[in-house]
Amino acid sequence: MIRPEEIKMSAEETGKWGMVIDQDICSGCQACVAACAMENNISFVGEEDAGYGRSMHWIRIERFWEGQYPEVKMTPNQPMLCQQCGHATCEPVCPAFATVHSQAEQLNLQVYNRCVGTRYCANNCPYQVRSFNWRDYERPEPLSNQLNPDVTVRRRGVMEKCTFCIQRIHKAQDKAKSEGREVADGEFTTACAQACPANAITFGRIDNPESLVSQLAKRGHGVKHLEELGTLPNVTYFKGG
Amino acid sequence: MADKKQHSHEEHLREQHLMLDPLPRGKMNDMVMEAMTEPPTWKYWLIFAILSVIVAYGLFFSWGKMIAEGLGIAGVNRPSYWGVFLVNTVFWIGISHAGTFISAILRVFKAEFRRPFTRAAELMTTFGLVQAGFSIFMHMGRVWLSYWLMPYPNQRLLWPNLHSPLTWDLLAITTYLLSSTMYLFLPLIPDVAMARDRSTGWRKNVYKILSLGFRGTEGEWTHLRNAMNIFAFAIIPVMFSVHTIVSWDFAAATRPGWSSTIFGPYFIVGALHSGMGAAAVVLAFIRGTMKNMKYFVRGEHFDAIGLLMLIISMTWAYFFFNDYMVQWYGGDKWTQQLLHFHEAGPMGWMWFGMLFCNVVVPWAILWNRAWRSNPWIIASVGIIINVGMWFERYIIVPISLSINRMPFTWRLYQPGIEIPLGIGTMAFFILLYMAASKLIPLIPVWEVQEGQMAHELKKFGRETVVSVSELE
Repeated sequence: MIRPEEIKMSAEETGKWGMVIDQDICSGCQACVAACAMENNISFVGEEDAGYGRSMHWIRIERFWEGQYPEVKMTPNQPMLCQQCGHATCEPVCPAFATVHSQAEQLNLQVYNRCVGTRYCANNCPYQVRSFNWRDYERPEPLSNQLNPDVTVRRRGVMEKCTFCIQRIHKAQDKAKSEGREVADGEFTTACAQACPANAITFGRIDNPESLVSQLAKRGHGVKHLEELGTLPNVTYFKGG
Repeated sequence: MADKKQHSHEEHLREQHLMLDPLPRGKMNDMVMEAMTEPPTWKYWLIFAILSVIVAYGLFFSWGKMIAEGLGIAGVNRPSYWGVFLVNTVFWIGISHAGTFISAILRVFKAEFRRPFTRAAELMTTFGLVQAGFSIFMHMGRVWLSYWLMPYPNQRLLWPNLHSPLTWDLLAITTYLLSSTMYLFLPLIPDVAMARDRSTGWRKNVYKILSLGFRGTEGEWTHLRNAMNIFAFAIIPVMFSVHTIVSWDFAAATRPGWSSTIFGPYFIVGALHSGMGAAAVVLAFIRGTMKNMKYFVRGEHFDAIGLLMLIISMTWAYFFFNDYMVQWYGGDKWTQQLLHFHEAGPMGWMWFGMLFCNVVVPWAILWNRAWRSNPWIIASVGIIINVGMWFERYIIVPISLSINRMPFTWRLYQPGIEIPLGIGTMAFFILLYMAASKLIPLIPVWEVQEGQMAHELKKFGRETVVSVSELE
């Protein structure tokens, strides 16, 4: 097992975009889940499929209980989404190069129209955050009018996952470029962070030490999930701070 | 008195061993031709029709429905993204293994008992790989784009990802399919030529093409022997590589229970285990249902296969224990959870069933030579071993996938349309065999004749001994 400190970090592996999630103030209201579904044209799979483990959410709130009845204690809610790993396990296993690393944005991309649906990436993701389009799901009126024109609508047989709202990143970058400046910290954020009423989610550039997300991530009690696997995740969690 | 005893000893030897019981060439050729060209009985057609219906519904209709509606009608879910499709793929590749194993390894080591059943075993390789191909393509979300996995030149310069074990797998299986088909074809040439000389009508035309003008001259035999020798040696490493690479689909992944360095040999032995079992079943059916086959396939062959099955079962048990031990000793908390889930979870019955079918049954039955020589006992053990090996793959794929490092997603898998699809591949396998039994000589006659020429009963004083001369 590789320890994170043993990995020689290149500039690329430190990541570019990052997120900090404060589990202590997350109320588990699922606003981020709903906002993400709206922003990213995620299908609604219906009760039956969702109950069978086919729900399609790019972010989910995990709840756990500790202890034996009657001393049952709920642990802090744990929003789980793609960790945008620097060393992603999903990337090398795709036979068709449908899941690739973006050199420019340091994100894991899913190329929907290249995906042939072997689902190997989803098996190999230790965070289990990938969703598969098991069917062509219906979008009855008026839901069909709600689609975000900036995001591709996926068909059956295709894998998908959180993109850190890459369409928003590109929009902000284009705007800044046309105005001849850099993207300012906090100028835009992801749909989940925007929707969070408790401000538990912070998004920004972690390669910029001045940004809010970098400042937060440097605070002592941040943890990264399954760090021991050497995946170099770009999401930091606060719990019990 | 002594002479009579001597005589009965010789009789006994002839009765036991095909190699010591020669028949005139013409007679033997006629026997094989008769078994092949005999008009099928109504029973044959009935089974053929039933299997065709199963294949039409289970394989083609169900698959078409799944392509049209998506994998939602199958049972795959999160976290079991791979289900029975992958189980069946590994299962069929395993079956296809023994064909080449029996044929190539026993040919290389000059094991004489192989002679009458190399063809039946090689057919198992090709037909099994067809089913494995069906199973793996069914599994894909967008199968109509599967040509993207092939390295073909294209304008966008997009190539398959050679980092992915699935790409290795595809290349390995394609290589194996092509080489095993050629390896099946080479020893078939003299038999097809024999059939060409003894048939009329459409059969004659087909065999004329298939025999490539083989007339049995010394030069042709030399070429054929050289080619078969090269193939027999070359296909052995290919065979080992294929199932090792299949195991890498799992072993190269970052998952508890899968990332195990012993998976390569463990999968090879598992494949041989199920494949030998399947070979025994096929042989018992050939002997039981086809004409004149009781002469060619005898107790000694089942005895030899039974011994191999027993040895392979013991090897499998060793690798299973090794894999389990090392994973448990590793002490990873997720692996601990998984191992506990295997034996004590809701599918624990399958784990114990696997050990019962793969270890207990073969060990309890195959030690006995009399039982080993009985075709139906060996065939039953073969079926039980295959059930056990299917369980083993089921435990490795969907059951192990149920447990991962995100306990929130833990969930059991229930197969859906995988069931008719799986039964469809099984029916198609049997159907192909039934068709083959009427189209090509299932017994390699020339190989049997060659063996019988090499064997001789010699008398040294009063003792009758078997002598084998080197032909090649």
